[in-house]
Amino acid sequence: MVDTPETSRERDDLRPPGAATVMDDLKAWFVSEVLPLEQALMQFLQSNWRRAEDIADMRQDIYLRLFEAAKREIPHPTRPFLFTVARNILIDRYRRERIIPIEGVADLESIAVATPEPGPDRRAIARDELRHLQSALDRLPPRCREAIVLRQVEGLTRKEIAQRMGISEKTVNRHLCDAMNLLLDMQHQEGGAA
Amino acid sequence: MIDAKAVQARAVEWIVQRQTAESWSEEDQASLDAWLAESNEHLLAYWRAEDGWKRTELLGALRSFRPQTRQNPDRTPMVWARRAAVAAIVAITGAVAANYLGETPQPSEFTYSTVVGEHKTLALADGSQIEMNTDTVLRASKRKVVLMKGEAYFQIKHDAAHPFMVYASGHRIVDLGTKFVVKSAPNRVEVALVEGAARVDSGSNGSGHSALLKPGDVAIATANSISVTKKTAPALAKELAWRHGNLVFDNTALGDVAAEFNRYNRQKIVISDPKVARLTIVGTFPANDEEAIINTAREVFGLQARQENGRIVISR
Repeated sequence: MVDTPETSRERDDLRPPGAATVMDDLKAWFVSEVLPLEQALMQFLQSNWRRAEDIADMRQDIYLRLFEAAKREIPHPTRPFLFTVARNILIDRYRRERIIPIEGVADLESIAVATPEPGPDRRAIARDELRHLQSALDRLPPRCREAIVLRQVEGLTRKEIAQRMGISEKTVNRHLCDAMNLLLDMQHQEGGAA
Repeated sequence: MIDAKAVQARAVEWIVQRQTAESWSEEDQASLDAWLAESNEHLLAYWRAEDGWKRTELLGALRSFRPQTRQNPDRTPMVWARRAAVAAIVAITGAVAANYLGETPQPSEFTYSTVVGEHKTLALADGSQIEMNTDTVLRASKRKVVLMKGEAYFQIKHDAAHPFMVYASGHRIVDLGTKFVVKSAPNRVEVALVEGAARVDSGSNGSGHSALLKPGDVAIATANSISVTKKTAPALAKELAWRHGNLVFDNTALGDVAAEFNRYNRQKIVISDPKVARLTIVGTFPANDEEAIINTAREVFGLQARQENGRIVISR
């Protein structure tokens, strides 16, 4: 255990001076400023792009562009910048696919209206988020839910979960991965609606 | 263009492996670092998956506390340290209690564990709380805990009719309205009494020797003997310092949360707006990590935090 911090310090030394700090800032910004907007972003994309299977890739594109921009300078505030990037990505897509987005155009015009700033009562939003998470958990396949609950709620180790569920650790791992993937996918669905 | 679904799936695999593997080696970390360095898609997907994982932990904190608080709806849930009606505190460092490893868990019995560097607080239905130190495994059921590995600090709500029993390394500690500390090494249990009274029985069924302890007493129980010596209060306090590792909040007002952090940190958090101070919070935070609570205030409540004369001022 003693050598762990040593080694990580060595690893840090290999980075250019200041690089670690910049990366930490970017991560803090991405997690605290960008990810909370994901639900609004996904709603926006879903209402402007018909093919559901493209949406995850579009989100990835948007995050990527946002991140490239943030590496030069972290945008502030994040929300309008995110939606400008999202809009540009959508327009690129429309052009590439030669789609004439009749509804889309109207929606693009009304972006600012469609995505209001959060009101002052962020507490209600936080509660919503918990409720949302709980309902997402309830909608997982039973074995996935059991595995993630035993791990995150009961604090069992992987070995103990395997014993409890009568399955191999490898299968526990797969259930946990499936559960996390589904929870991440549901993160942007509104109010627990499937 | 990289398939977003596939990247997410891989990021999730990394997170799950890192969070649940029994060991995480330098090589593992190097492979992860290499994967993250491959592309920004990987990096962002990993941050996102990690955030998702952390959020499910928040749900865990909420759920594991609800059943206990519901039993007594008018009791304000609070940080363990403030509860006055608590009778006994026990801390145990233990080797594996081999006698109990073979036991099949009963439906009402739960196994809890902490990984290295982790602290965790459990709230039992009877109002007792258990703080688990790093690398600890225990089984808890009604008025009975088997410490299988590691160290734990017990704060037991005393009930003379239903004594609380702690089993470790083949010995038994019975709470008699007390605060006490127990440590054990293979074939050896050390019990130090902080306050009140407790009894140590050598042998898990009480068939062997017994020793009744007074504050400051330290009993060392081996397979066939119990000896008692004394320890000073500062010495005991130092041994228990790890307890302050984590603070657990369940619908606790932000003002109280700040006060709690201020007990453990030199840099004080100041909240002067009463509306802000009344916001409530759920979660488990490292006591020395004010950053974590400040980030939560920012992220969850959208509050501002700024440095001012060596203090952290949280406001709207």
